[in-house]
Amino acid sequence: MFTLYKRRQLTNAIALSISVLTMLFGLFWLGWILFTLLEYGLPGLTSAVFTQNTPPPGSSGGLVNAIAGSLAMTLVGTLIGTPIGILAGTYLAEFGQRGWLAPVTRFINDVLLSAPSIVIGMFVYTVYVVKIGHFSGWAGSLALSILVIPVVIRTTENMLRLVPNTLREAAAALGAPQWKVISSVTLRASRAGILTGILLAVARISGETAPLLFTALNNQFWSSNMNQPMANLPVVIFQFAMSPYDDWHSLAWAGALLITFSVLSLNILARVLFRQQASTH
Amino acid sequence: MNAERPIIPKMVVRDLNFYYGKDRALKDINLTIATKMVTAFIGPSGCGKSTLLRTFNRMYQLYPKQRATGEILLDGENLLDKKQDLNMLRAKIGMVFQKPTPFPMSIYDNIVFGVRLYENLNNHDMEERVEWALKKAALWTEVKDKLKKSGTGLSGGQQQRLCIARAIAVKPQVLLLDEPTSALDPISTAHIEKLIDELKEEFTIVIVTHNMQQAARVSDFTAYMYLGDLIEFGDTSTVFTNPKRKETEDYITGRFG
Repeated sequence: MFTLYKRRQLTNAIALSISVLTMLFGLFWLGWILFTLLEYGLPGLTSAVFTQNTPPPGSSGGLVNAIAGSLAMTLVGTLIGTPIGILAGTYLAEFGQRGWLAPVTRFINDVLLSAPSIVIGMFVYTVYVVKIGHFSGWAGSLALSILVIPVVIRTTENMLRLVPNTLREAAAALGAPQWKVISSVTLRASRAGILTGILLAVARISGETAPLLFTALNNQFWSSNMNQPMANLPVVIFQFAMSPYDDWHSLAWAGALLITFSVLSLNILARVLFRQQASTH
Repeated sequence: MNAERPIIPKMVVRDLNFYYGKDRALKDINLTIATKMVTAFIGPSGCGKSTLLRTFNRMYQLYPKQRATGEILLDGENLLDKKQDLNMLRAKIGMVFQKPTPFPMSIYDNIVFGVRLYENLNNHDMEERVEWALKKAALWTEVKDKLKKSGTGLSGGQQQRLCIARAIAVKPQVLLLDEPTSALDPISTAHIEKLIDELKEEFTIVIVTHNMQQAARVSDFTAYMYLGDLIEFGDTSTVFTNPKRKETEDYITGRFG
């Protein structure tokens, strides 16, 4: 019995060391990435970045048009994608017990969730950009919203499923019709979780380059017209980083730093919100 | 317990069968629930007592593959009739569950939730209704200063009384209690048992319990169930002191179950 206990302790020690080592291995790369970003990005992060437009080759400038474009397209993409995602997720969680539509929708949504974003970009290019005849901020927003939808559907469904059935029964037992049960009890009980999902979706789309290359493309100047090609951080980073100019390189690093840290803070915010939800259950 | 009160049937169950998919969970149940009395369903786990209770407000209809056949008459009207409006029915038959189920909203809104569905009260009347329900549920003095606070912040026993207040606020005719005290400590349990005794002045109460002493303490009639059969049904004092069936006696005396 004693040897059995010893052996169990040894197995535990080995398993624990391996998992700690792999964790450190993963964290090492993340730390390196963040360190490199700070090292090259911080020097370029001047006030000009937030006040001047992207410069022509060989001169200095800022990123303000790209930052504004990214914010605008992310906002519109989220505004389009979120209601669709919440409604579809609610359908899957609350009405999807019977019939074939829900399982099929769920399967397609899973495919969409893991679809390469460049495919989404090409899709919007084909059905929208080609028909309109030019790149535009709307096309970029549309592509981003298609990326938002599956993430929000998935989190909404998962969060609603966490709501205990007894809560639905309790509301139904008072004579509440199903729409009332869903709108004032179950969605309410899972709102923090759903909000977390939306934030994660925003975090995901704010760094996407591929879908914007085919849709919003880029714009060297300030533009508030969503019907025109629009500057945005990911594509600017892509172009500037590939260029031979030092000024552009340092702006690309600054942009990368900005995106990474906004995504990081969105993720932290999502975690804080989700923890609040977990503690109220 | 209340031999002086006349026995008027409120609900009549006739040849009720219930199926979970292909499994038959209730077998030809026949019984009568008396008006403004407490009827208790007892029996070992899985005997069908909760299932029977859940047919009374057709709660099973939330789930596919569950169905009931037979008749349940509420004042002569068959509840199981397809034409019966489900939400109206549930407004007439309130239910309290095993685990407290406060909604994620304030104490006040928890109670108002059901009332607003079927009544259009002005602010003053609504406040009176909330106070009335909370007083009936013996919770008023504990929460009257924090009606705007969340209902999920109350203790377990308080949450359960909040659920009772919520159920009676819509003024149902029948109150179904599904093991209402099994998740509570003895003090909260005593609170709720006392409450049941007071509530039966106004409501017809059906309670499922696996605590036999509780059934003996609070009920006027007792039904003993086993494996989907109604083994014995009658006056609580008779069922507990002089059961007609050997199985009932074995269960009550603890030789079985």
